[in-house]
Amino acid sequence: MPEVQTDILRWIVLLPLAGVVLNVAAAVTDRGKLARLIGPASILSAFVLAVIAVAQLAALPSGAALVDDVYRWIDAGKLSVDLTFRVDALTAMMLLIITGIGSLIHIYSLGYMDHENDVARFFAYMNLFVASMLVLVLADSLVLLFVGWEGVGACSYLLIGFWYTEPANVDAGQKAMIANRLGDAAFLIGMFVLFWGMADLGLPSLKIGVINIAAPLLAAQSPWLPTLVCLLLLVGATGKSAQIPLYIWLPDAMAGPTPVSALIHAATMVTAGVYMMARLSFLYVQTPVALEIVALIGAATCFFAATIALVQDDLKKVLAYSTVSQIGYMVLGIGVGAFSAGLFHLLTHAFFKALLFLAAGAVMHAMHGEIRMSKLGGLAKKMPITSKAFFIGSLAIAGVPGLSAFFSKDMVLEAAFVGGHHLAWLLALVAAGFTAFYIFRSYFLTFHTEERGDPEKMAHLHEMPAVMTVPLMILALGAIGIGWLGLPGGLLWGDALGGWLAPVLAKVPGHHGHPSTATMLGLMGITTAMALSGIGVAWLFYIRSPELPDRLASRCAGLHRTLLNKYWIDEIYDALVVRPYAAWSRFAWRVIDSTIIDGTINGLATSVSFSAALWRRLQSGDVQHYALATLAGAALLVGGAWALAAGF
Amino acid sequence: MDLAGLPPEYPLGLAAALFAIGAFGVVFRRSVIVVLMCIELMLNAVNITFVAFGRELGDMAGQVMVFFVMTVAAAEVAVGLAILLVAFSRRKTLDGDEFASLRG
Repeated sequence: MPEVQTDILRWIVLLPLAGVVLNVAAAVTDRGKLARLIGPASILSAFVLAVIAVAQLAALPSGAALVDDVYRWIDAGKLSVDLTFRVDALTAMMLLIITGIGSLIHIYSLGYMDHENDVARFFAYMNLFVASMLVLVLADSLVLLFVGWEGVGACSYLLIGFWYTEPANVDAGQKAMIANRLGDAAFLIGMFVLFWGMADLGLPSLKIGVINIAAPLLAAQSPWLPTLVCLLLLVGATGKSAQIPLYIWLPDAMAGPTPVSALIHAATMVTAGVYMMARLSFLYVQTPVALEIVALIGAATCFFAATIALVQDDLKKVLAYSTVSQIGYMVLGIGVGAFSAGLFHLLTHAFFKALLFLAAGAVMHAMHGEIRMSKLGGLAKKMPITSKAFFIGSLAIAGVPGLSAFFSKDMVLEAAFVGGHHLAWLLALVAAGFTAFYIFRSYFLTFHTEERGDPEKMAHLHEMPAVMTVPLMILALGAIGIGWLGLPGGLLWGDALGGWLAPVLAKVPGHHGHPSTATMLGLMGITTAMALSGIGVAWLFYIRSPELPDRLASRCAGLHRTLLNKYWIDEIYDALVVRPYAAWSRFAWRVIDSTIIDGTINGLATSVSFSAALWRRLQSGDVQHYALATLAGAALLVGGAWALAAGF
Repeated sequence: MDLAGLPPEYPLGLAAALFAIGAFGVVFRRSVIVVLMCIELMLNAVNITFVAFGRELGDMAGQVMVFFVMTVAAAEVAVGLAILLVAFSRRKTLDGDEFASLRG
């Protein structure tokens, strides 16, 4: 595969980093105006560079890559790691998502964070977030990827706890940090095992290209190794991409400012795990076992999170669980070996989820922080643009034909069905119906139905300024149109995205090719029917006969409570993990630290001071005592020497 | 007086007696002045020992050493008396037991 050297790639990372430095300077010198300029400008300029780089790549033959060798970073024994950035088809797509949607979110933040006085710190974190994510996707080795991987983790912690005076926000930040930490540990171990295997092959390298080429050799040498590595990396991915069992941090991540949620959920962070698995697709196809587990985790998460989203009252929480569920589709796509389908859903999701979050942020902004749907309702009249934007986002995520998720979700489901993963397919299909229901439930309860909001807040309600609505409109266009990049069944230009990504993704051996047109249409029909009925039920429940939901809730009170409390997962984790750990920590503190270690040290000190109290009495301060002692000592010495000489 | 036949035990015995008296005084007398004088006594006892052994062994080094001791003793007395003067003007006493501010 041809590789073209270029210097442009490093600047894609350096510009946002320069933004970080300048914003920190602005924060220190309290220049909010400067930060407002630098924050979005650094990401926008990175976007421009990314477009140039992708245009350069597009001009090259398929399968080519742009490479920017910056310098040799690590040279330790067998391992040497270059700081090298690399853009191939997959990275190109991620670059455009991260910088493009990142730019829109940054511009929107100008309006959203208008009355914040800490805006320079905010933009410093945001720029660092984007820069870390760019390192992650541009990295040509797992080691460098891990730098970005940790960077987004740290930035999510900083941003979720942005309003740090509120203890709940700080807790949410720490939760994100700890959940990610568990995943990161597994990722690291996976990387070590992989390096060990590679070194055994005589290829001591963690370069992604080398790993992908050597994957069949690795599998031939020791069949368990790719499975182990893939599963460990999967655990890492469940942390970053919020899948079972480590998804728990994402619903709490909305404690941060809403643009942060948009950035985490759409453009950065949660896509990292999916990206990483797609990046190592050649390794993953070596191990059907691991792929099967990936598919099951994806489908289970997809279904499970969707059920929780059905009943939540908090609009942002619905969206958060929706993200967990939608990433489930992406992971499912990876797991069934349809890597490009999973990535396609990643692309469409980036648009409609950013759109939904920013629209929800506009609602929250207009209602002075109110985000509970029981206190909203009837906002459509006062906020027409936001309302339409949310409506388009809802149509897109629900999978209404013609909008983006229709194509991408369908592609994932089709791949799952055709690949023989019927259980996963069924779970994901039902989740698609749930998705349509919960998103339209949110839409109706927020923008239609009667006004339940605080009358005073409702009186002052107004549409958002252009700096916030224009990004919404652009994202809405994307949410409508981006799905046309991957048309099914060879219509028009067919699966253009899949064709673009094909050279960098592996194919599952023995994968049945395209299904018959009848199967395809049938599957599409089922999915669409599922989506439309979800919307219909939402309409019935919240517009047509609003007393139905309560009747249903009281009929199935147990189920309703279970869903409302998110299956008590947080409580279960608390009982199984947090409490035992806290108890062990308390034991370590009280017994090991305070009693044993401190006791030993303090005991030593006490015995020293006790014996010192005895010995100090020797120091009478009277010179004559010392003289007597000296004399006695001298006499002893002389007497002893004499006695020895005399032969005693 | 002809000391040619003087057996060395005599001067050594005298020196030992003087040294013992001096040491006793240093350790047990309360007056700091007396202690200082007793130190002189001990030094001179040592001087006698030097001379006695020098003569016995036919070595002049013993007598040379005495001059050193005398010189040092003179310096020591000068410094010692100066310290005593200052100490007295501060404490209004010459009782050695009173100078015990280093008591532990």
